[in-house]
Amino acid sequence: MTADLLYSDVEDDLRASVRALLADHCEPSALLKRAESGEPYDLKLWRALAGDLGAAGLQVPEDRGGHGASAREIALVLEELGRSVAPVPFLGSAVLATNALLATGTDHELLGKLAAGTTTAALAVPLSSTPDTFKSTVEVADGVLTGRVGTVADASVADVLVVPAGDGLYLVDSGFTVSELVSLDLTRRVADVTLSGAHGTLIASGAAATEALTAALTAGAALLASEQLGLADWCLEETVRYLKGRYQFGRPVGSFQALKHRLADLWLELVSARAAARYAADCLARQDPDLPVAAAVAQALCSDIAVHAAEECVQLHAGIGMTWEHPAHLYLKRAKANQIALGTAGRHRAALATLLDLPG
Amino acid sequence: MTLTADDLRERTRKLLDEHDTADRSAFLQARFDAGLAWVHFPEGLGGLDAPRALQSVVDAELAAAGAPDNDPRRIGIGLGMAAPTILKFGNDEQRKRYLRPLWIGEEVWCQLFSEPGAGSDLAALGTRAVREGEDWVVTGQKVWTSSAHTARFAILVTRTDPDVPKHQGMTYFICDMHAPGVEVRPLRQITGEAEFNEVFLTGVRIPDANRLGEVGEGWKVAQTTLMNERVAIGGHAIPREGGMIGIAAKLWRERPELRTPELHDRLLRLWVRSEGVRLAGTRLRQQLAAGSPGPEGSGMKLAFSTLNQEISGLELELLGEEGLRYDDWTMRRPDKVDFTGREAGYRYLRAKGNSIEGGTSEVLRNIISERVLGLPSEPRVDKDVAWKDLPR
Ligand SMILES: Cc1cc2nc3c(=O)[nH]c(=O)nc-3n(C[C@H](O)[C@H](O)[C@H](O)COP(=O)(O)OP(=O)(O)OC[C@H]3O[C@@H](n4cnc5c(N)ncnc54)[C@H](O)[C@@H]3O)c2cc1C
Repeated sequence: MTADLLYSDVEDDLRASVRALLADHCEPSALLKRAESGEPYDLKLWRALAGDLGAAGLQVPEDRGGHGASAREIALVLEELGRSVAPVPFLGSAVLATNALLATGTDHELLGKLAAGTTTAALAVPLSSTPDTFKSTVEVADGVLTGRVGTVADASVADVLVVPAGDGLYLVDSGFTVSELVSLDLTRRVADVTLSGAHGTLIASGAAATEALTAALTAGAALLASEQLGLADWCLEETVRYLKGRYQFGRPVGSFQALKHRLADLWLELVSARAAARYAADCLARQDPDLPVAAAVAQALCSDIAVHAAEECVQLHAGIGMTWEHPAHLYLKRAKANQIALGTAGRHRAALATLLDLPG
Repeated sequence: MTLTADDLRERTRKLLDEHDTADRSAFLQARFDAGLAWVHFPEGLGGLDAPRALQSVVDAELAAAGAPDNDPRRIGIGLGMAAPTILKFGNDEQRKRYLRPLWIGEEVWCQLFSEPGAGSDLAALGTRAVREGEDWVVTGQKVWTSSAHTARFAILVTRTDPDVPKHQGMTYFICDMHAPGVEVRPLRQITGEAEFNEVFLTGVRIPDANRLGEVGEGWKVAQTTLMNERVAIGGHAIPREGGMIGIAAKLWRERPELRTPELHDRLLRLWVRSEGVRLAGTRLRQQLAAGSPGPEGSGMKLAFSTLNQEISGLELELLGEEGLRYDDWTMRRPDKVDFTGREAGYRYLRAKGNSIEGGTSEVLRNIISERVLGLPSEPRVDKDVAWKDLPR
């Protein structure tokens, strides 16, 4: 195993471009305003990110309409999206749906459209799904799909759904309705999807369909760790900045050891989180056989660490951290929702028990 | 010309071809003389002025050939702390005299830093060194000195000027542990054995030629030692399940009758954290190799000590009834530090030292929060006060 856990120069450049774009669009005040508006997603930003920067197609091979980079670069984009809790359907479309399509081996023209950001897709499974726990609630007869799927990520702006139904995987671009839920996470929405006699195009069936779904959910978990990392990084940075400038008792509160030690511990958690997230992304990029372990380790660590970072951020900002106007709550809501997304830390530890032969 | 990985591989193979690996001491000497001991050291001093990262190439070749290594647990203080300090602050004569026997393990070193009144606040130390002609006469008491009973030499920090603030009046020496006036008394520790010692220094004469760095600049020299100490403690590459967690996981696999759901959950949590810290260590080494040392180094020791304590505690609970026994309380004088050896009870107790030795976890958190995160330091009451006027 020769995993590369660092960031390459290309990745550093990519980070700079993504960050610059997000700095223009994701001002906290704008995020808040949007969160309560009728347009919770920033589709202009999404088009710029996917189309102009080509971020949605990084993982897609060039001959299938993408940029032929790898999961490592996708992970890096997710870090930046986590750092800014950007309201774009990147996880649903560029990560979950795209990985499902990639895993089927289909060269359906949809892949190119997703890569270009001209079409947006969602994987029609509850966001909390793991390969072990997923059960389809959609029935299929003669290519016609019927059923309801709850809490689908980014479904409210999806043009196309990738739907596991029966023993197959289908593409559906009409005949479904999406009802917005009130989501815990204000910057990534979940919605209920109802299919009532929708016509689906079969893209994989039997074992191939199961494998593709497993691959998509595993890739999703492996990559979500990077979003959690970026989110935690923002929380730590912002808290350190605030505590340096906030005076109480005649000195910056950041000079009190009780707080310094908590932040040092959080920093140390982040050091592990970064290594684990990078390892998972690298394993995914190389299709290393260690990927299932790497993804489970990354989720088991990063989801809890991101929540811890967001909770410390609120607590150490104290009164201001509890307000609606301060963005800390957007991070806490994303972090807590992410802890449930694609399997809780506990579920991933249970998966590890099997993978590592440490049975209960 | 800078050496490449291939050059070093070739040199290592030549060493293996020309020298018998069965003769441990002769092989280690040949390795030192070939410049393959620590490749980033200068030529003639066990190195080749090569990039530090290439050491791993040499180590891997030698390990694959089953060549003897210089067991860092036995001579860790010499390798990890004395050597880089001598390299940086010693003169040519000192480097030539001390580095080779130190690396080979012929001469064990110890560290005479801590005192009963100066632990975390090392700069408060009071062991006096007074100049007499070409010698310094040293009097004072050191404590918790690991390996003092097997050591041939010590790195020693003393106070040479009590009238200036504490950081300014110190001087650093190499102390001959066989010199008259050096008395080593075992200090028994919670494991029952005596790995460390009290060291009494009574009128010990140290030639000025054994001084490292300038008079009054001992703190600067000691800083180099301490920085290297933390890197040395957290810096080794280990495979998955390579450390304490591997012992616990093995026990779990072999003894199904000990399993409970609660212990299962804790084991898995610790497994995940161990793997995270292991990957962070790998990442740190990749950063070092790429020439951009990150601040992660100071955190590794903190992470390992916490984990070792939790895992060894879990291991005892897992053993249940068997955990009530202890293998042996006899006072021994081990000649090497062994964190994972012996039995679970020993591991649990020895691991308690991990968060104290080489800088306590509290002190490391201060370092991280101030030097890595840039948080303000606490108000200081000892800054402009002469050492002799400090409260103690
Ligand atoms: C197994 C072992 C081997 C050792 N080997 C050696 C050796 O070979 N040579 C040698 O010189 N020394 C050695 N030591 C000594 C070790 O370096 C000291 O014990 C250590 O630096 C702490 O000093 P102290 O014990 O005096 O604790 P103190 O400094 O008295 O600390 C008491 C408590 O206060 C905390 N504390 C102190 N200062 C601060 C602060 N600024 N902020 C927050 N908390 C603080 C500490 O963390 C600790 O919990 C060894 C120790 C052990 C346990």
